[in-house]
Amino acid sequence: MYEFRMPSLGADMEAGTLVEWLIKTGDTVNRGQVVAVVETQKGAVDVEIWEDGTVDKIVVETGRKVPVGELLALLRTPNGASSAAPEKSREDTTPQSVQKPTITNTESLHSEAAPVATLSVRQRVSPSARKLAEERGIDIASVQPSEAGAAISRADVERVAKMGASGSVTAKPIPPDWHSQMRVAIAAAMSRSKREIPHYYLATDIDVTRVVSWIESENLKRSVSDRILPVVPFMRAVSMALNEVPELNGFWIEGESRPSSAVHLGMAISMRGGGLVAPAIHDSDGKGIDQLMVDLRDLVTRVRSGRLRSSEMSDPTVTFTNLGEKGVEGVFGVIYPPQVAIIGLGKISERPWVEGGQVVVRKVATITLAADHRASDGHRGGLFLAALDRLLQEPEGLR
Amino acid sequence: MNPLAPPITTTYRDAMRMALREALKRDPRVFLMGEDVGRYGGTYAVTRGLLDEFGEDRIRDTPLSESVFVGAGIGAAMNGMLPIVEVMTCNFSLLALDQILNNAATLRHMSGGQFSIPLVIRMATGAGRQLAAQHSHSFEGWYAHIPGIKVLTPATIEDARGMLWTALMDPDPVIIFENALLYNLEGNLAADAGPVGIDRAIVRRTGDDLTLVTYGGSLHKTIQAAERLAGQGISSEVIDLRTLRPLDMETVLESLAKTHRMVIIDEGWKSGSLSAEIMARVMEQAFYDLDAPIERVCSVEVPIPYARHLEQAAIPQVETILAAALRTVKNHV
Repeated sequence: MYEFRMPSLGADMEAGTLVEWLIKTGDTVNRGQVVAVVETQKGAVDVEIWEDGTVDKIVVETGRKVPVGELLALLRTPNGASSAAPEKSREDTTPQSVQKPTITNTESLHSEAAPVATLSVRQRVSPSARKLAEERGIDIASVQPSEAGAAISRADVERVAKMGASGSVTAKPIPPDWHSQMRVAIAAAMSRSKREIPHYYLATDIDVTRVVSWIESENLKRSVSDRILPVVPFMRAVSMALNEVPELNGFWIEGESRPSSAVHLGMAISMRGGGLVAPAIHDSDGKGIDQLMVDLRDLVTRVRSGRLRSSEMSDPTVTFTNLGEKGVEGVFGVIYPPQVAIIGLGKISERPWVEGGQVVVRKVATITLAADHRASDGHRGGLFLAALDRLLQEPEGLR
Repeated sequence: MNPLAPPITTTYRDAMRMALREALKRDPRVFLMGEDVGRYGGTYAVTRGLLDEFGEDRIRDTPLSESVFVGAGIGAAMNGMLPIVEVMTCNFSLLALDQILNNAATLRHMSGGQFSIPLVIRMATGAGRQLAAQHSHSFEGWYAHIPGIKVLTPATIEDARGMLWTALMDPDPVIIFENALLYNLEGNLAADAGPVGIDRAIVRRTGDDLTLVTYGGSLHKTIQAAERLAGQGISSEVIDLRTLRPLDMETVLESLAKTHRMVIIDEGWKSGSLSAEIMARVMEQAFYDLDAPIERVCSVEVPIPYARHLEQAAIPQVETILAAALRTVKNHV
């Protein structure tokens, strides 16, 4: 029996509202299938399941807000100990159980991302406080413990109840609209980042003339719909350079660096009406510019329509932000915990550039790195920027 | 007896002797036997004077063989007598465990209800007198594991005076554990004091913030801790379980429903113990009343040491009860 639980879709997520089930009891589901829509502070997310099996029981009704880690549904798995209903599943599960061990690639990929899910600490609530909140009609998620890290007790619930009764503060301090909630989420993640992560910042001006002209000439050969955005070769180069300096790609969890062997580039995408998400392009180091372009377009479309997948939210191993698009010279980013680096691309502009003793006009961009000094040192960060520079000088290699 | 007469000042030991005398006087089927209960007057002097008053037929010194004289008591009870058997300390009662568990506790069931065993076994329990491991353990929690018997732990002078007769009237075996440190306990006893109920726990002190559950020798330390807690503005309720089997969970849970926090004080060890059983029942029956994890103050898991400072460090004390109570209240507010 596999327990499908509310996933953590980022370090700042504490709870989500189950908007829609896309499965029902008895359905067969496959790894990677989108099975539910969950509304988070960052909008609606399509949640995937990472087991094959048959839906045994839907535990949580739609419309309920549940904390990260809570049981949502039970799945009978082909080779799992299906103690609850062995007689039912025997005939259709026996052949599949042989198949199971062969699933390896995506398995390792997702087990690597697993620490992210466990990082979001579940707020401890005393059983009595939980019951009291239910009796008083108070959303337990709106109750704060008396001090950080403490369990929520009856006294905390009573305090909220009292405020609600006197009319001075509503029982639900978080406004229902997503944009305000997203601010709350961003505030939590960024405060944590600045509180916990000792950032160091590096900036390098890179001559990007070659890569820009290469993309321009590539685009001349293509129809409008197939054209590549200038940012895409940079995404490719960043992903490749990360392979050379792996300590920038991964997480800092429980006091130690946990580099990721896969590169899932989190693309910072601003949302209409404000707010920001940085969902992953999975395995970006292994994708060429065409695939990256397709993925980016798909991602941006779905960010704007609010249909991201849970794995995209929880998997990024590093963040890439392209504020240069908006005209800024350089970005000194704030790392999204528990990631350990954020790379910024500044505006590409023509600047005077000295080459071979001559002042020439070149297209130049300031590329920045903000990295977690616990996980890497400035020397390694410098090597990363140097590798990026080198890769950008040979655009054909980015194809 | 005149209910309006002023209370008398007495001790736990004398109250227990009063209870024995009352039983011996009230019913000719009652007799007492055990090691040194007659001529010597009892190891803890509880039975002093009874031999002279009631004679050798009813106050019987036995050989040093717990299995024999407990077995004889079971046989007498099966044949219509109301025996009171004294086992010097519960440590030695293990020699009679076969008689208690395999015979006394089971015969009603195995005979399809044909036999009753209206036997009372008294034994001393507990540490604190520098008598070392073989004389200092607390096995009342173990006995509370056994279906078919009742386990009583009188902690007050009233209960020492009143539990014995009620136990004798019970058709099944009853074991009374007397914490040896209590024998010198002094206090008032109503002039008309007599038998008391043995079915319910008693709230010895009322409070709102915290429930302290205990019994026997730890009751008085717990009350002292409660008084000190009151000095810090924490109002604690003290429950004296009185009977460990069957447990009166109703009284415990009623208190927990009010205070939502609990500390259990038990001179037994923690592992597989009475305190563990109470915690388990709270989980089963009142999980949603808990506002903080339950704490336990029990004996350290070692054979009770001989050296005084080590012995005192091994068993529950006012200070350790106080510390556990403060953790429960302050760390989880």
